[in-house]
Amino acid sequence: MENQKPKRRRTRPRRDVALMVTCLADLMRPSVGFAAVRLLERAGCRVTVPERQTCCGQPAYNNGDVNAAVPVARAVIEMFEPYDYVVIPSGSCAGMLSRHYPALFEGEWRDRALALAAKTWELTRFLTEVAPLPPPKRPPLDATVTYHDGCAGLREQDIKQQPRQLLLQQCGVDVSELSQTEVCCGFGGTFCTKMPALSTKMADDKLNSAVATGANILLGGDLGCLLHLAGRARRRGLELEVRHVAEILAGTPPGPGIGDPNG
Amino acid sequence: MKQTSHAFMQHAEAALADAGKAQRRDLLGLFMPLARDAATARYGDFEALRAHLKRVRTHTTNHLDHYLARFEEASLRNGNQVHFAATPEQLNNTVLSICQAHGARRVAKGKSMVTEETALNEQLLKAGLEVIETDLGEYIIQQAGETPSHIVGPALHKSLPEIRRLFLDRHKLGERSLEQVEDIVAEARSILREQFLQADVGVIGANALIAENGATMLVTNEGNGDLCANLPPVLIVCTTLERILPRAEDAMALQRLLVRSATGQAQTCYTSFYSGPQRDDDVDGPLETHIILLDNKRTDILASDYSEILDCIRCGACLNHCPIYVGVGGHAYGWVYPGPMGSILTPLLSSLEQSNALPNACTSCGRCAEVCPANIPLPDLLRDLRQEENQRQLNSPRLRRGLRVHAWFLRHPALYRRLGAWTMSVLGLLGRRRGALRRLPFAAGWTGTRDFPAPEGGTFMQQYRNRARGGRRRG
Repeated sequence: MENQKPKRRRTRPRRDVALMVTCLADLMRPSVGFAAVRLLERAGCRVTVPERQTCCGQPAYNNGDVNAAVPVARAVIEMFEPYDYVVIPSGSCAGMLSRHYPALFEGEWRDRALALAAKTWELTRFLTEVAPLPPPKRPPLDATVTYHDGCAGLREQDIKQQPRQLLLQQCGVDVSELSQTEVCCGFGGTFCTKMPALSTKMADDKLNSAVATGANILLGGDLGCLLHLAGRARRRGLELEVRHVAEILAGTPPGPGIGDPNG
Repeated sequence: MKQTSHAFMQHAEAALADAGKAQRRDLLGLFMPLARDAATARYGDFEALRAHLKRVRTHTTNHLDHYLARFEEASLRNGNQVHFAATPEQLNNTVLSICQAHGARRVAKGKSMVTEETALNEQLLKAGLEVIETDLGEYIIQQAGETPSHIVGPALHKSLPEIRRLFLDRHKLGERSLEQVEDIVAEARSILREQFLQADVGVIGANALIAENGATMLVTNEGNGDLCANLPPVLIVCTTLERILPRAEDAMALQRLLVRSATGQAQTCYTSFYSGPQRDDDVDGPLETHIILLDNKRTDILASDYSEILDCIRCGACLNHCPIYVGVGGHAYGWVYPGPMGSILTPLLSSLEQSNALPNACTSCGRCAEVCPANIPLPDLLRDLRQEENQRQLNSPRLRRGLRVHAWFLRHPALYRRLGAWTMSVLGLLGRRRGALRRLPFAAGWTGTRDFPAPEGGTFMQQYRNRARGGRRRG
């Protein structure tokens, strides 16, 4: 356990970072949250996890229920006001905070939303552009890894090279690329249940492409996409380990991949 | 054309079940983006051109009345007759009355999505006229009795063998093989040549209307539009208000964006400007020319929150880059305009009640907005339509209830946490052995084709709090 280690003195002032765990990591895969905490601490940040956090409100927002999304957004904006940075292990939730919250408000609340937007970072981008990780102290990862770019991260957060760069630096892994990296995997929030047949076809395209790379691990930065892809991979009986990129970067002895049996 | 957008979801399922057609669409979805990317990269500063046209379009639509008046004035000066049509019926009736005034029997048509929107052909056929589509794709689907599946390539859904069989069946030309693509094209060409020569009236569309000189611009690859425009004695240009641009150079900027976005070419084979009827010293051209400007709710759209959709230049890039369009094809959308632009236009031009499935056919992946040469925030407009759908309670009551309950829990963290922790521990236990659940109550939409990955068990917030407490005790 890390908090048993004696605390080292640091000369550089620590960055005060609030972690937004995301609802999916909180509920489905806490290990992503712990990996994010470890990575941020390793990058010299003081990490706080505000207790009142639940979810960014995207389900309501994307389905057109703005009346439901606005109070959720207000609560998130208020909660994160005391911190220098808000870091989120998801491009989609980061996009919600930084791009879509400001569009929900006018006047004072818009200013507050813009202030939050300016300090909100997706995890891999934060670890490359704001608080770089120190060099790793472990041997390179012996695996063939492919990477799925979540659309919101790719297009709303400019995340493309950051996770690849981190994987190379921290794990010595060169990503074996999927064939159409910029095409959606078919998750799309509630879309995946509104059009299940098409959503599944899109997952199959991704998974077939992943298998074709020869990869045994499929990584990504958004749990939504990953749960969808892992769920489909399990149903098809594919031998493909699906994980959030933070799990691999944190280098903790990983438990089973998403949807894999214990032990 | 009868609208069946309400059945989009059923159409989509049926389309996916046809593996052969699905595979061809996948190829389209692979190659069209590659062609577009290469063409825009070769251009150089495509972004600057996009931004420029956006400024011009915004300015023009903000002063639409002014530029329409200028266009009309210049166009009349060139000798055209200019008509305004508020509704599709008015456009169709205007075309019909022009045809009847000339005792016309045969109409040759260039490709025009506007006349698909107004269902002009049906009206003319009903009145006893012969109508022949002269764009090869449009000709193919006219012969097959089908509708366009793509706004640029209307027959992209047809395979080569299908087209071959269609021609052998429809053209009574005796024994021949039509083995090569060239043979098929040559056959269509020889048939269409006759039609151009026999036509009494030519009908074409327009890619831009130029206010400063009253000319219309037409961009094609086949030159069929030019034959429709020049050979018959009467020309009718069917177009819509929002095609208008202030200057000829603006039309050229649009053309540069359009061609690269649509087909990945640097230049189409033909870009033509039609100013008016034959003048005294002209050697050819129509004797009488009409321009019909259709509104069909566009001035309403202009005054609404969706006005940016009027910036659309009909290049089809959003279709080619949309995983939904590529997945299910254009016919699934059930009307004239498919893909992201169609999912916005269809509810606005018909009604949201008839077509509320379309704005839901979106993963918000954002690829359409990324390539749209007119910089239209398509996913945002689709979300706005879903908002309207929700407000007007057109979506499923179950979804609405679910969203409200979910949002309520989000604002009550203590309860949310307790319920979340309990649910996850139950699911975690149920799925422990396999790591995933094959079936879940109330989640058939997910588990029909996917396992539900079992939660690790215990929420992050719970474990984090426990660890922090443990840390304090130890420390």
